[in-house]
Amino acid sequence: MDLNLLLEPFSYSFMVRSLFISILVGITLPLIGSFVINRNLGFMGDAIAHASLPILVIGSVIGISIFLSAIPAAIIIAITLGYIIRRSTVGEDTAIGIIFSTFFAIGIILLKHFNLATTLNIEDILFGQILGVSNSDVISTLALSLISIFTIIIFYKQILYLSFDPIGAEVTGLNTKFFDNIFLIILSISVIGALQSVGIILVLSMLITPAAASKLVMKNFLSAMMLSTIFGVIASITGLYFSYYINLPSGPAMALSSTVIFIICWIFRRSVRLV
Amino acid sequence: MENISIVSDSCCVELGNSLVLDEVSFSVNKNSLIAVVGPNGGGKTTLFNAITGLIPLTNGSIKINGIDAEKGKGNIGYVPQNENLNWNFPLTARQVVNLGITKNKPTIPFFSKNNNGIIENCLNDVGLYEKIDDRVDEMSGGQKQRVLLAKILAQGANILLLDEAFSGVDIGSQISLIEVLRKLKDSGKTIMIATHDINNISDRFDEVLCLNRHCCAYGDPLKVFTQEVLSELYGTHSSMFKNHQIGNHGNKDGP
Repeated sequence: MDLNLLLEPFSYSFMVRSLFISILVGITLPLIGSFVINRNLGFMGDAIAHASLPILVIGSVIGISIFLSAIPAAIIIAITLGYIIRRSTVGEDTAIGIIFSTFFAIGIILLKHFNLATTLNIEDILFGQILGVSNSDVISTLALSLISIFTIIIFYKQILYLSFDPIGAEVTGLNTKFFDNIFLIILSISVIGALQSVGIILVLSMLITPAAASKLVMKNFLSAMMLSTIFGVIASITGLYFSYYINLPSGPAMALSSTVIFIICWIFRRSVRLV
Repeated sequence: MENISIVSDSCCVELGNSLVLDEVSFSVNKNSLIAVVGPNGGGKTTLFNAITGLIPLTNGSIKINGIDAEKGKGNIGYVPQNENLNWNFPLTARQVVNLGITKNKPTIPFFSKNNNGIIENCLNDVGLYEKIDDRVDEMSGGQKQRVLLAKILAQGANILLLDEAFSGVDIGSQISLIEVLRKLKDSGKTIMIATHDINNISDRFDEVLCLNRHCCAYGDPLKVFTQEVLSELYGTHSSMFKNHQIGNHGNKDGP
């Protein structure tokens, strides 16, 4: 293979920025996605992405970056959804569905009302525009990713315990509500941090598909979690190349790359069982 | 009192508008193996939730080694019903037992204490050391229960509560589990198990608590299973629960 073919895209600074963000998103989302798929919280991840729209719009109106609006947005969304999950009498999925469509509708109305077409492009928000990221976007995504990765590392055991055996965890004296909220907040932060690159609609594919693929071929949770980040990075970078060379939209190209990885793992799921 | 581990005094629990536990009183000696039997909806899980401080009491009290149940979290190890655990997680026996040693403070990989010694000892105690790196979700029902038991041993609990531990477990695995539990009892643990299986209770357990929203009987399994108690436990007596209020169970007129 011609090495220039691999290196050429990165002679442009916008591609270097995109690569950097792709790697960050490719690590962060699958890392948290490993918990998401086993806790059946996929719909929740989708809901967080959609529900963030009004907060991003408000942030844009008052002139603050995604990074600054992401953290309060993540906390508001995570706590609201967490409360609803625990207290809902209409069923978890139903409650999340109502909240997510309501927030998204408010976001679209606000977007039209404030006429933000020049600063906030709805198509970019929906499908991502990784090739158009700025240096400040890179710094924002780096900060949000580091917060998420660091938190998941130091609270790995607590989050795993409450995800696997919530009653047993509470009986040992673990503050399960606190750690569950922490998990939902970092899920929200990582989803919002990835909106720039993969967009609201496709963030779910990076959150779920690499994690689901690695679970097929790995023996235990921790090793599956590690491999999912490698799959995530491969999917992101491959998507970036397709985007550059075949002029595909970046978000969908990344999503399809992770689907291909999933299909390969599914085919070899019985013959390959790694550590 | 020093020999008593759990004291329930007129314990009442309401869930919604239903009085699920009504003036349940009993005391459990240390180093004993107790069966809690009763019909579905009889309050076995609710009693365990009350003992572990997960749900508040409407009336009465439960003391664990002299301390209120709600303040005594951490002293008790609880294995909930199988369906309350998330078996989607592909965890090895080592990883599950390690969860028992989880505290509220953050852990930093490579700088945290290595728990391998504790994990190996606990799995050895339940006879599953050779399966330390096997996936728990792929084990049999009896082996799963033993791994979960090892997890609460790693927690350091002296009072062990197991909810429906024999559910979906074949007779051979039940016997293995009972052997492990008897050894643990002999080593100083107090163990309560909610079960639907009332066969062989006297062979397996020191005492039995018969629970059908109230305490129907408590004591030596050979003595408590009278016709009257069995009828109270499993007979058709839905009329008993009409206007069920604190202290007003059975055909009593009220407190």
